[in-house]
Amino acid sequence: MFAVRGLRVPGLPQLSFEVPPGGVLAVSGPSGSGKTRLLRALADLDPHEGEILWSDRSYRAVPAPEWRRRVGLLPAEPRFWRATVGEHFRGGVGSLDGELAALRLDLEVGNQDPARLSTGERSRLALLRLLLRSPEVLLLDEPTAHLDGGSRALVIERIHRYRAEHDAPVVWVSHLPEVAAAAERVLLLPEGEVRRVPDPGPASAEGSA
Amino acid sequence: MIPLDYGDLLAAAAAVVALALANRMAGLGVSRQLLWLAARGSAQLLLLGLVLRFVLGTSHPLIVGLMALFMLGVAAREVKIRQARPLAGRWGYLAGALAMFLSSFLFTAFALAAVLGPDPWWAPRFSIPLLGMLLGNTMNGVSLATERLTEAVVRGREVIEQRLALGETREQAVSDLSRESVRAGLIPIFNAMAAAGVVSLPGMMTGQILAGAPVDQAVRYQILILLLIAAGTGFGVLAAVRVVSRRLFDDRHRLRLDRLAG
Repeated sequence: MFAVRGLRVPGLPQLSFEVPPGGVLAVSGPSGSGKTRLLRALADLDPHEGEILWSDRSYRAVPAPEWRRRVGLLPAEPRFWRATVGEHFRGGVGSLDGELAALRLDLEVGNQDPARLSTGERSRLALLRLLLRSPEVLLLDEPTAHLDGGSRALVIERIHRYRAEHDAPVVWVSHLPEVAAAAERVLLLPEGEVRRVPDPGPASAEGSA
Repeated sequence: MIPLDYGDLLAAAAAVVALALANRMAGLGVSRQLLWLAARGSAQLLLLGLVLRFVLGTSHPLIVGLMALFMLGVAAREVKIRQARPLAGRWGYLAGALAMFLSSFLFTAFALAAVLGPDPWWAPRFSIPLLGMLLGNTMNGVSLATERLTEAVVRGREVIEQRLALGETREQAVSDLSRESVRAGLIPIFNAMAAAGVVSLPGMMTGQILAGAPVDQAVRYQILILLLIAAGTGFGVLAAVRVVSRRLFDDRHRLRLDRLAG
């Protein structure tokens, strides 16, 4: 279980929720409502108060780099800092033909200068870069924001496949109805309210799990 | 040695005044600053002469120690005010002071104890000028390196945080920037060593020769100083980059730009 108890992040209400292994918590809200701030706190990139647990272990009990390897964050605007794309993947992208093709990426992309990637290519490559490190929990910040319909479906399918294969809880920031539809619960920001999906109406809206 | 009186210095000052006039006629707008800095530099040296006459005449280690600490304090302040965004609070001074203390003081003590061997080892006639040469040069390297590092970290914030998010340690996440900053801090001393005796005649050696010292002794002293400066600057830059980059992250390997002033 990925569990958040009494999390206090500046600008956000106090939050508590749980995401079971293989489960999806969709996070939705207008821009500026703190979705990215929430994910940064969960990855322990910003100081915060409250408890975050994965498999009953507090983030405090785990060295920070190890926590972030286990709880992997996919940022909204991924960066690449080496001279070629391939250098961002352990052992290069030579053996990744299948993975690249599945996301409609050029098989020669490994030799490319990252500065020449389109935003869509960048976000798909960042997803691969994260998944190939085998994180146990996924924190996704609008992974499909820069993608057209076809690529978007492929990326969503790839994420669902990963979560099924690895039994990984996913905290997924998205405005897409199909993401909310696949989630067990939706966290609405800035209210901090957690609702079951499909939302049967305000009468049964509930607070934290 | 040909003695100089203040009238001789006025003749040299006339050259600077001529430059200021030329600037003024060309409308470059730096004449006032030039004259002010020339006057300020001369006044500082005259004052130093007074202080040195007192300190060199003393045989009390406490006075020598206080003088050394005062020089360190001024150098640390200079490092801080040269930064666009120094570390906030006392670390703004401490980072530079620590780095320069470790390098300049250590190598001055080493040169005194192992090479020159005056009696007593802290004899102010040797220790204060040596420390001054080392501190001045280390200060340049340290302020260049820390300026480069803080600037690069602010600019590269997103990349650093994404590297941290992928599980890198704080050291790994800034390794490229640290290396770049160390290199920036070493450029002046690299240039000085490359140009020594070919392009430039080092000031200390020139001064000694003009004051009548034997040329081969002046050359050897200059080499000693050059090597000490290289070692002192190098270790000072390494220490400064390490202290500042460590201070820019907390124990949870989080980038803390809130620890920078401004």
